[in-house]
Amino acid sequence: MDNTQTIKLQDTAVEATQRLTGKEAIIKCLLAEGVDTLYGYPGGAIMPVYDELYKYQDQLHHVLTRHEQGATHAAQGYARVSGKVGVAIATSGPGATNLITGIADAQIDSTPMVCITGQVASHLLGSDAFQETDIIGISTPVTKWNHQITKASEIPEVMAKAFYIAKSGRPGPVLIDITKDAQFEEFDFAYKKCTAVRSYKPVPKLNPEAVKAAADLINNAKKPMIVWGQGVILGQAEEEFKAVVEKSGVPAAWTILGVSAIPTDHPLNVGMVGMHGNYGPNMLTNECDVLIAIGMRFDDRVTGNLETYAKQAKVIHFEIDPAEVNKNVEADIAVLGNSKETLAALLPLLEEKQHTDWHNRFKELYQIEYDKIIKDDITPEKEGLTMGEVLEGINKVSKGDAVIVSDVGQHQMVACRYAKFNQSKSNVTSGGLGTMGFALPAAIGAKMGAPDRPVVAIIGDGGYQMTIQELGTIFQTKVPVKIVVLNNDFLGMVRQWQQLFFDRRYASTELINPDFVAIAKGYFIEAKRVSKREDLAGALEEMLAAEGPYFLEVKVEKEDNVFPMIPTGASVSDIRLE
Amino acid sequence: MSEIKTYTVSIYTENNVGLLNRISAIFQRRKINIESLNTSISEIEGVSRFTIVINLTEDRVKKVIGQLEKQVEVIKAYYHTDEETIFLETCLFKIKSDLLFEERQIQNIIKESSARIVTVNKEFFVLEKAGRRSEIELLYRELSAFGIMQFTRSGRISVSKEEMKISSMLAEFAD
Repeated sequence: MDNTQTIKLQDTAVEATQRLTGKEAIIKCLLAEGVDTLYGYPGGAIMPVYDELYKYQDQLHHVLTRHEQGATHAAQGYARVSGKVGVAIATSGPGATNLITGIADAQIDSTPMVCITGQVASHLLGSDAFQETDIIGISTPVTKWNHQITKASEIPEVMAKAFYIAKSGRPGPVLIDITKDAQFEEFDFAYKKCTAVRSYKPVPKLNPEAVKAAADLINNAKKPMIVWGQGVILGQAEEEFKAVVEKSGVPAAWTILGVSAIPTDHPLNVGMVGMHGNYGPNMLTNECDVLIAIGMRFDDRVTGNLETYAKQAKVIHFEIDPAEVNKNVEADIAVLGNSKETLAALLPLLEEKQHTDWHNRFKELYQIEYDKIIKDDITPEKEGLTMGEVLEGINKVSKGDAVIVSDVGQHQMVACRYAKFNQSKSNVTSGGLGTMGFALPAAIGAKMGAPDRPVVAIIGDGGYQMTIQELGTIFQTKVPVKIVVLNNDFLGMVRQWQQLFFDRRYASTELINPDFVAIAKGYFIEAKRVSKREDLAGALEEMLAAEGPYFLEVKVEKEDNVFPMIPTGASVSDIRLE
Repeated sequence: MSEIKTYTVSIYTENNVGLLNRISAIFQRRKINIESLNTSISEIEGVSRFTIVINLTEDRVKKVIGQLEKQVEVIKAYYHTDEETIFLETCLFKIKSDLLFEERQIQNIIKESSARIVTVNKEFFVLEKAGRRSEIELLYRELSAFGIMQFTRSGRISVSKEEMKISSMLAEFAD
């Protein structure tokens, strides 16, 4: 990422030395890194830092979530829309372990995040002290880097390194554990931003020959296809990407973390790949002659059965992380580097083309999908409300300007399929980990990271109840997020699988739900329920026009399925329309 | 699919607490059994070296190397077949001293195996043998007949026949 360069240009001079306590030094480090908002929950081992937060509350906005998991997801939401590092803070023991789901989510979705945890005093380490847990050991497999501080003098260097590692290269979560005695210890503080770590190469060197080879392959392709992922957004390469797509005339499909890098209505956008992606790009993956993967990692939900995935195609892989190349799909040409740099290098070598006939194939298949699925999803004639028409209704009111934060399950697939986006960093969802409960807290962070944009959380009735307590955070902070719960009284995606693959044995998927509107109102959040089509449009307008937070429950058809669908282990071209 | 072979993975790293955990987790997560593991200093001051032996197919080894190199504190990782390295293990036997004087056979075994006597006292003597796994195993079998009080064997240590360009990589960073 070019972040590394930006850092280098910034002031790296050593500040004048000050005598500080560790706890105050932590705050100074956060301020030096440009942190303005952090999410957390206090407790014994982190109380000294909270005491300093009290002192610095005019400069640092601490948001008290209702659970530490919520703090991590809020930090993720903040990071995903702002491109900045999200910060979460918690105490030792259960406070720290509650962060793990969010950290794992940030790791698999490459989200820059720094988590700070308090730890028991250093002389108690290993003694099974109250609220002691080996959070370094526990978080190791799900962090990009982690470190325990036992001496205050380590704080500036370690914190600088934490922020540098979290945001450079392929971003990810970093956890810093700080013992309570280190928080109290006094030392001579001076801060210097980190610009390099000798054992760490965040961005591989650009190989012009690989770029040239990629350009030749693209220029000579008859049926080329792009699949792009979040790497375009993380690399801030949206403009370069758009230019590459337009000049080459190559139809471009996206993963759910890549969507919004170019506007949905771009003529060369051919839709979503993967398990519930669009018919055209999935089918034609197995027909294209050159597959150009940009900033994506060939997740199994994207590829289906690897043995039958794009075997006829030459594969070009633009990727920042060398470990992703040849991990799942063999690349004929790998172009390593930051997407902004690699795509800029590619652009002048591309010939201007239009693959009209080939592009028409995508359009034809879209028409088939529209007639069989999309039409009934977004403009249904049956009595029950569909998730698709709710998304279509939101599009009409938001005009594609909203940030859509989705949870995990059927509603997530529907949101990703049908939400319209005009600008980048607009789709916030838990992609790799599939964390139910992600959306409500992530929406809080997203709204704080993009305060000028409407933020709509789309959540199922199952996932909503996993982090429902964050309504308290919304009430307390008055953060004006719009919450739409698509309620089918089922764990819908699991139920769909039970229907299709387990002979309709609905084991533990039906939910007897509470009165969600009453609960929202209990938190003094404006709330409404819709169960009839004629009330939907008005309710969505009212929601988006509301000044403050707003909760809307939409009672949708109980047993609708999400199609198209590639069954697990099947080929992308075996995608089912029904 | 390529065949399963023995590979020696050499990892040059920073010397930090917790890195062993991070590295072993990469193998554990993929359910790869570590046959032997040794950590030591390397030829470069301040740089540690892990020597890990695994039995795996080459395409899986390559992916593991990618995951290892991705770790912030890993400088570089290499993998080699047995043919590409010079390697050995070392072991210690603790044996009752009276056997050394009463059993002539033992003296012959020691001589033939080119094992070295580290120390002798009234109760026991300690024998050290460095070599290939098969040589150590042979010696173990031979001495078992007389009774072994204690035995321990190290992980594999190895150097590659080809150059591992860590120094130049670090010099590049210093520039």
